[in-house]
Amino acid sequence: MEPERIDQIIEKYGKNPSYLIQVLLEIQSEHNWLPGEAMKQVAEQLSVPLTRVQHIATFYKAFSVVPKGRHKVHICMGTACHVRGAARVLDAVQDVTGIKPGETDLDLKFSLETVNCLGCCALGPVMEVDGKAHGKMTPGQTADVLKTYE
Amino acid sequence: MARIHTPEELEAYRQQILSRKDPNRPCISICAGAGCVASGADEVIAAFSEEIDKQGLSAKVDTKGTGCPGFCERGPVVVIYPEQTCYLQVTAADVPEIVEQTIKNKKVVERLLFKDPETGGRFAREPDIPFYKNQKRTLLCSNIKIDSKRIDDYLAIGGYSALRRALFEMTAEQVVEEVKKSNLRGRGGAGFPAGRKWEGSRNAEEPIKYVIVNADEGDPGAFMDRALLEGNPHSILEGLIIGGYAVGAAEGYIYVRQEYPLAVKNISLAIGQAEEYGLLGDDILGSGFSFKVIVHQGAGAFVCGESTALMTALEGRVGEPRPKYIRSNIKGLWERPSVLNNVETWANVPLIVNRGADWFTEVGTEGSKGTKIFSLVGKINNTGLVEVPMGMTLKEIIYDIGGGIPGGKKFKAVQTGGPSGGCIPEEQLDLQVGFDELTQAGSMMGSGGMIVMDEDTCMVDVARYFIHFLTDESCGKCVPCREGLRQMDRILTNITRGRGKEGDIETLQELSDTAIEASLCALGKSAPNPFLSTLRYFRDEYEAHIKEHRCPALSCKELIAFYIDPEKCSACGICRKKCPVDAIDGAKKKIHIIDQEKCTRCGTCFEVCPPKFRAVTKISGEPVPAPIDEEKRMVTKKTKKAPVQ
Repeated sequence: MEPERIDQIIEKYGKNPSYLIQVLLEIQSEHNWLPGEAMKQVAEQLSVPLTRVQHIATFYKAFSVVPKGRHKVHICMGTACHVRGAARVLDAVQDVTGIKPGETDLDLKFSLETVNCLGCCALGPVMEVDGKAHGKMTPGQTADVLKTYE
Repeated sequence: MARIHTPEELEAYRQQILSRKDPNRPCISICAGAGCVASGADEVIAAFSEEIDKQGLSAKVDTKGTGCPGFCERGPVVVIYPEQTCYLQVTAADVPEIVEQTIKNKKVVERLLFKDPETGGRFAREPDIPFYKNQKRTLLCSNIKIDSKRIDDYLAIGGYSALRRALFEMTAEQVVEEVKKSNLRGRGGAGFPAGRKWEGSRNAEEPIKYVIVNADEGDPGAFMDRALLEGNPHSILEGLIIGGYAVGAAEGYIYVRQEYPLAVKNISLAIGQAEEYGLLGDDILGSGFSFKVIVHQGAGAFVCGESTALMTALEGRVGEPRPKYIRSNIKGLWERPSVLNNVETWANVPLIVNRGADWFTEVGTEGSKGTKIFSLVGKINNTGLVEVPMGMTLKEIIYDIGGGIPGGKKFKAVQTGGPSGGCIPEEQLDLQVGFDELTQAGSMMGSGGMIVMDEDTCMVDVARYFIHFLTDESCGKCVPCREGLRQMDRILTNITRGRGKEGDIETLQELSDTAIEASLCALGKSAPNPFLSTLRYFRDEYEAHIKEHRCPALSCKELIAFYIDPEKCSACGICRKKCPVDAIDGAKKKIHIIDQEKCTRCGTCFEVCPPKFRAVTKISGEPVPAPIDEEKRMVTKKTKKAPVQ
């Protein structure tokens, strides 16, 4: 990510250290992950210790300190999906993609995550790909859905 | 739109909006909440706009995407005004017919109406559908009426009149007094009286104070707050501004999960519109009161729903809770008095200010007043958001509104209060919902998640699921929570895998006691609840797992086996073809047998076996019968006995 763009984001928040999380969220959403250089730049510009930036980047689930795939696959493991068989859907997705939750495949195609509730409980079990929810999933259907992504 | 300078101008503008509105003009409201969008609401909205254009009706008919009316199970939901005709599970293909029949010819499309599963009767009007009829919707009722992106829609239903009343007809003390009198208790879980919290902050010496909306709704299976934020953001904003005035704060924060992008968008839009209209910012409506609101996106940490952790996160730090020797309404955000309330609590404030505390206390039980929104999910026919008066019984909610358990299964328990809540068994279904009532039953109100479980749900697995969730979400500050939960998770996982041993229950109880006693925040203190409440009501299930290696619900994968009953198998071959690991042996007219070594217990055979055979069964706690002899495996048509001569 361009250092100039990071500066712009920091400027937008008035270089105010209490907006540290908001700054990191914006970098994460534009760049998909937080490179070490970016974290260093943020720490310097906001005059906060680098350790604090790293602490935040590893504490909150929204951040990733490693590159992410082009498509984000979220399997809802919320209670409603759990009692309707989400674990089996997750097993199937792991088989299809060859990666476990938290991992990204070598082609940087898919990143797999489990999430705790997407809030469309009526559709459980739910698999979300790039923000689009696919509801009432059965293990068998997951491969068909994932096939449609390049 | 020009800025509104006085309360009189606000009312004049409202009249102007209303005079432009013809109550008889048809309006097509389509739910644009996250649940319906996932079921294809966007396509339906686009199809309506296109069809209305095509038919040249755009001057005569309004179309709007609205907030969530709650009936997610049957989404996308479409309501057509003024008749309030309610269509369910609408697809884009249905749109031309709806426009032709209902809009042009004023007839209903029978097949899209709600059909009572028992009587088969159809209901045309939204308020007549049992799911809605048995609710008391004071907060959620506005969602389907307004386009959440338009402030004028909110003003048309009386929006910001409570703010006007508070600023010009009441002193700040009177507002606090009214909220105190209403006995409005925090809807986020703890149930602390909001008025007392406000009073404490108001009386604190420090001149700079804050008011905060907790919209970090992290409980799995709960989405009440999201529906309000997405569907009616101005109601929360209005409540917050009134709170700011009452407490004496000039700044308010809305802490909302970044996992709710539509909620972030709608509330940010609402703030912009309110500023433009002069309902937010400097000198609101010429009252001299100035107030600004900042949206802060949460970065994904369940513990940040805890008040002190949320405030630490607002300061731009890692969200860890801190000790509450001094309450946060005295020393909170940046060590200043801070009133933090949940979304639903704030949404109630304008109603209380407008209609009075006496109106609010008309509904409810002794200790819990008003209504409460629950998200009714799990093994239930009508999944969705329901708003009910406090004091309604669980049975009424689950059967009268929720329509009971699907597939003729037997109800087992209902889990309330989110991960730290507890399970309530069938014999307590007559329990009234209320803060104190649910706590006495060993569960809690929480933010309002209500997860229904049937006979197929294993209660030990449910406890394991929640403890595992909380182990993941523990911030790690206190040892009893960080390490204790990890051990509880390990022991419970072992039990569900058939590796439980004598003494496990006692160890779990000991770990629970320590976590309750020695954790700093509510997360750790209440984390053992899922274990304790399931143990209290379902101890026999724990013992069956440990002593007999048997899962009574036939749900724990490691403790069950699938078996094809040779008496019932007709060798149709469906299970053999569907088995993902080729563990089923058989052929045409040859009774099928599952190879227990190869079987991964995925349950596919159980699901696909045609109901007329029901040959696949689950076995737990006893050995799988040996496969039948090879020569007996040919299916022979059972011929009728020859009639006795």
